[in-house]
Amino acid sequence: MAGLEDLYKEIIMDHYRSPRNRGELPTPPAVCTEGFNPLCGDQITVYIDVTDGVLKDIKITGQGCSISQSSSSLMSAAVKGKSLEQVQETIGTFKQLMTGHETALEDGGEPEKVDIRALGELAALQGVVKFPVRIKCAVLAWNTLSQALSELPS
Amino acid sequence: MTSFNAALVRADTPQLTRVINGYPITYLDSGATSLPPRAVIEAMSRHYELHHANVHRSVFQTASEATEAYEGARLAIAKFINAPGGAEEIVFTKNCTESFNLLARSWGRDNLKQGDVVLLSEMEHHANIVPWFQLRDMLGFEVRFIPVTDDFRLDLSNIDELMKGVKLLSVTGMSNVLGTINPIKELSAIAHKHGALIAVDAAQSVAHSVTDVKDLDVDFMCFSAHKMLGPTGIGIFWTRKEILRDMPPFLGGGGMIADVSVDGYTPANGPTRFEAGTPPIAEAAGLGAAVTYLTGLGMANIAQHEHDLTGDALTRLELEFSGRIRVIGPRDMTNRGGVISIDVDGVHPHDVAQMLDQFGVCVRPGHHCAKPLMKRFGLNATARISYGPYSLVRDTDMLLEALHSAIGMFG
Repeated sequence: MAGLEDLYKEIIMDHYRSPRNRGELPTPPAVCTEGFNPLCGDQITVYIDVTDGVLKDIKITGQGCSISQSSSSLMSAAVKGKSLEQVQETIGTFKQLMTGHETALEDGGEPEKVDIRALGELAALQGVVKFPVRIKCAVLAWNTLSQALSELPS
Repeated sequence: MTSFNAALVRADTPQLTRVINGYPITYLDSGATSLPPRAVIEAMSRHYELHHANVHRSVFQTASEATEAYEGARLAIAKFINAPGGAEEIVFTKNCTESFNLLARSWGRDNLKQGDVVLLSEMEHHANIVPWFQLRDMLGFEVRFIPVTDDFRLDLSNIDELMKGVKLLSVTGMSNVLGTINPIKELSAIAHKHGALIAVDAAQSVAHSVTDVKDLDVDFMCFSAHKMLGPTGIGIFWTRKEILRDMPPFLGGGGMIADVSVDGYTPANGPTRFEAGTPPIAEAAGLGAAVTYLTGLGMANIAQHEHDLTGDALTRLELEFSGRIRVIGPRDMTNRGGVISIDVDGVHPHDVAQMLDQFGVCVRPGHHCAKPLMKRFGLNATARISYGPYSLVRDTDMLLEALHSAIGMFG
């Protein structure tokens, strides 16, 4: 049985209570994308400022549960200042962490190992996988960031 | 003769023997779906074990048994809501939502045009909003909303103005978020005075109070079986037979025709005109058993029981969590049903529900398919507690204990 302590880890509660990179950025130059979770009403807006292939700044506003809010805060801290390549890599690794079990079930194989150390603080969210209905809360910010990146002027 | 004892209802309900996370289940989500008693489950099993065949037309023994069960459920529902024209006025659909789609696409499409108004309320479920927007986008009429007051009631102070141009007033009998029970009889008088018809979303109210469409003097009613101790997959649409007779078919196919040739088709008369394809037969058998079971308990007894539970819970929530938990719904127990939405300061409803699950307590977080209402009160979501005939005070005890723990964890 998955315990609540797997879900509500100290780091998660800390990021929920004191979210990092909260706020807005002027658009343009920043790009702003809104994400919704239509099932539960959670809403998030991600602002990114990308210059010379580097995600110089990120700000986030929105409302949601502790998992969606802490995930967005942890995400902002993990990607800020990183090259777009590194950002994409982090998004990929995080999504793999969230969906690994499901993919393995479909393929009938073992979940692919995610390098937890490479995730740093983000690893705190791995307990979410034990609560499948909450995965959508954790990935909302990440999907919104992906969307924002795809909307960058080329 | 009716007798009511919630502890016995509980004993009749197999799912209430579950143990969740080491705790006996505390089921407080009857507003989303109710738990069927053994009688309903067995009626459906018995159907599949002994009586299963397709309904209508066939002459062999089991087919006529299946038809009898299916048509028997129609008659049972007609009696249950006191339909003046009897079983001929009851149409089976997939659920309450489909019933509203039938109302909009059949009656609405035929009777609404540019310049007309459909009047809803701000406390409607999306099932009674979206079909009207969809139809409005096709026909160009106006969809208008009765506002909700700060004390969670319909604001009827300006109703005569709001009724101008209205062809149909479509409102919920009981809000699935607030627990507010609306004055349907008064509203039907208002609608008829203005030459409009009135439809009632009875999804919440039908399982928790006496429903009498004749006494309420309404024109349409929609609800679903699974919120009244029956199975999922079957819903009910009722209207007076004079109206039903003129309504064009909505879904086409087998079962709903009188004749088909290479040139076209003629629809059947009566409710089957709206029941294209093989209907939910086992579900109808289950629904019939649910009606028998509810009637045996007595709807007035159920209403009183849930009224008492709700009043007790509201008092204790205020006593134990004053300032921390806000109830989004009337505090006054007059015209108030067994649904309690709460907003816990500093703890998101999803986290509340997740923590309560640790104690085996089932409550529903979210917008409850009533986003306009959420917006009205500046909320994205609430955690909702809802009672059923099998609920006991000890469910509230467990809920409050779990809430203390959840709040303790979030600080």
